[in-house]
Amino acid sequence: MSAEKIDVHYVAKLARIELSDSEAEAFSSQLADVVAHVQELNEVDLSKADSLIEQQGAGENHLREDEPFPGLPRDPVLANAPESSEGEIVMPKIVE
Amino acid sequence: MDITTETISSLRKQLIAGDIEAVDIVEALDERIKATEPSVHGYLRFDKERAIDQAKSADLSKPLGGIPIAIKDNINETDEFCTCGSKYLESYRAPYNATVIERLKDAGAYCYGRTNMDEFAMGSSTEHSAFQKTNNPWDKDRIPGGSSGGSASVVGARSAIAALGSDTGGSIRQPAALCGCVGMKPSYGMVSRYGLVAFASSLDQIGPFSRSVEDSALVLQAIAGYDPHENTSCREPVPNFSEHLGKSVKDLKIGVPKEYFGEGIDPEVRALVQKSIDWFSKEGAQVEETSLPHTKYAIAVYYIIATAEASSNLARFDGVRYGHRTSEATDPISTYLKSREEALGTEVKRRIILGTYVLSSGYYDAYYNRAQKVRALMKHDFDEAFKDFDLIVSPTSPTTAFKAGERLDNPLQMYLADVFTIAANAAGICALSLPCGFTQENLPVGLQLMGPRYGEPTLFQASHAYEQAHDWWKTIPSIA
Repeated sequence: MSAEKIDVHYVAKLARIELSDSEAEAFSSQLADVVAHVQELNEVDLSKADSLIEQQGAGENHLREDEPFPGLPRDPVLANAPESSEGEIVMPKIVE
Repeated sequence: MDITTETISSLRKQLIAGDIEAVDIVEALDERIKATEPSVHGYLRFDKERAIDQAKSADLSKPLGGIPIAIKDNINETDEFCTCGSKYLESYRAPYNATVIERLKDAGAYCYGRTNMDEFAMGSSTEHSAFQKTNNPWDKDRIPGGSSGGSASVVGARSAIAALGSDTGGSIRQPAALCGCVGMKPSYGMVSRYGLVAFASSLDQIGPFSRSVEDSALVLQAIAGYDPHENTSCREPVPNFSEHLGKSVKDLKIGVPKEYFGEGIDPEVRALVQKSIDWFSKEGAQVEETSLPHTKYAIAVYYIIATAEASSNLARFDGVRYGHRTSEATDPISTYLKSREEALGTEVKRRIILGTYVLSSGYYDAYYNRAQKVRALMKHDFDEAFKDFDLIVSPTSPTTAFKAGERLDNPLQMYLADVFTIAANAAGICALSLPCGFTQENLPVGLQLMGPRYGEPTLFQASHAYEQAHDWWKTIPSIA
């Protein structure tokens, strides 16, 4: 990997964050510094890494019994919603 | 007697003996808050009346009966605000209790005050809070560390007996070191993360701030253990930590990793940490140099993995179900774009964008995958070291508290504050910072002890022995 210039506007769009031009400009150079710093990972010998990852494992998977239990109470959840109506959360229209 | 300078263990004795009542603690803390908060600003909110009610009904027969605990503002507590230091969650009230809150209540403790933090726990100075700047109780022109700077500052200023924080790359230990208190990051899985607002799920752990190591063990005892809500929580029984206090460090094997004593360490920090290491030798511990060869890559690994996980975790803040929604939205996409633009702070946006970048098509292998591989090598370094040593010792932070504003414009410089604390999160091991002296400028310095995963008993044993042989932890800032 090489330290490429980050297209901040493009990545911000992927992250669903609108950025002002001044913010994008500041991020562009700050993130370039960080990305340049992480280039040092290129020098690490990774030949043993895959077998180590296998050895270390992710731990056992545990599945709980499929038994119903109460969810969050509706009122405090709806009280947090920006907009709600008739027990449901309201969003701007998706389809015209 | 000044209640606010006492420990949980001493207050518990006095409560049981009937020398004080639980409400006396609230009154004493309230007085201290009035004196210190105008210059510290560690609390976002505290409700004295509610605390008095809870103190009055406290069950003193429980292990933490009658003890108030301050809570970092990213841990859900039913009906309380839980802002995470963000405008986005300014009006959010938690509809449920985090497991740690349930456990504290079960142990007889109650929550007193919500503490300031870097927004969504992203920062090392608490300057990234959307609401207020918190100052270091030892020097109000300096930062308290972060991201749990509020919790550290109020325990340091004696306006809280103990507090909870969260630690993703050092967010408990670094501020504890800078504010002169004990800060403990449990092993990954020791404490349930259910109800902690997620930053980087493979690294996050909740842990205690306290005056003493004994108190740290008491609080961890209450909050640790398996939780059916949280599948990464440890299924093994939790050991009785207090049983390990009071033992000597004789014959313990302690490793001193040479990579933690290189360039960039403040000479006074180095000298005080060295003096502490000499104490362990003098007491009969076998102290030897060791090596954790991948230490230098910790920051790079962390800022790839943590931001990648954050970009995913923080996708939930989209203006739909709770938190801020823009008034300018016309459709769902503009709701996301604008709500996030308007209510997330600069550092959070910066990290989400970095995390999105390292996960994006064409870069995933080069950054995220590579970082995961180096993380495995870091973990292996510790596995090897713990074959020879019971504990590893290092400075907690390379410097003492820096001046407010000093690193705000240089994110990379800010990230380097975590250079000694990140590895413990990456490896999932336990680590504790405790005071080990003061510099000429009277700023506290922290000593970090690291133990293997679930090695908390030995970690507490050695920390307690060191603490009891010194008076650092009893030293109180002039502000208090």
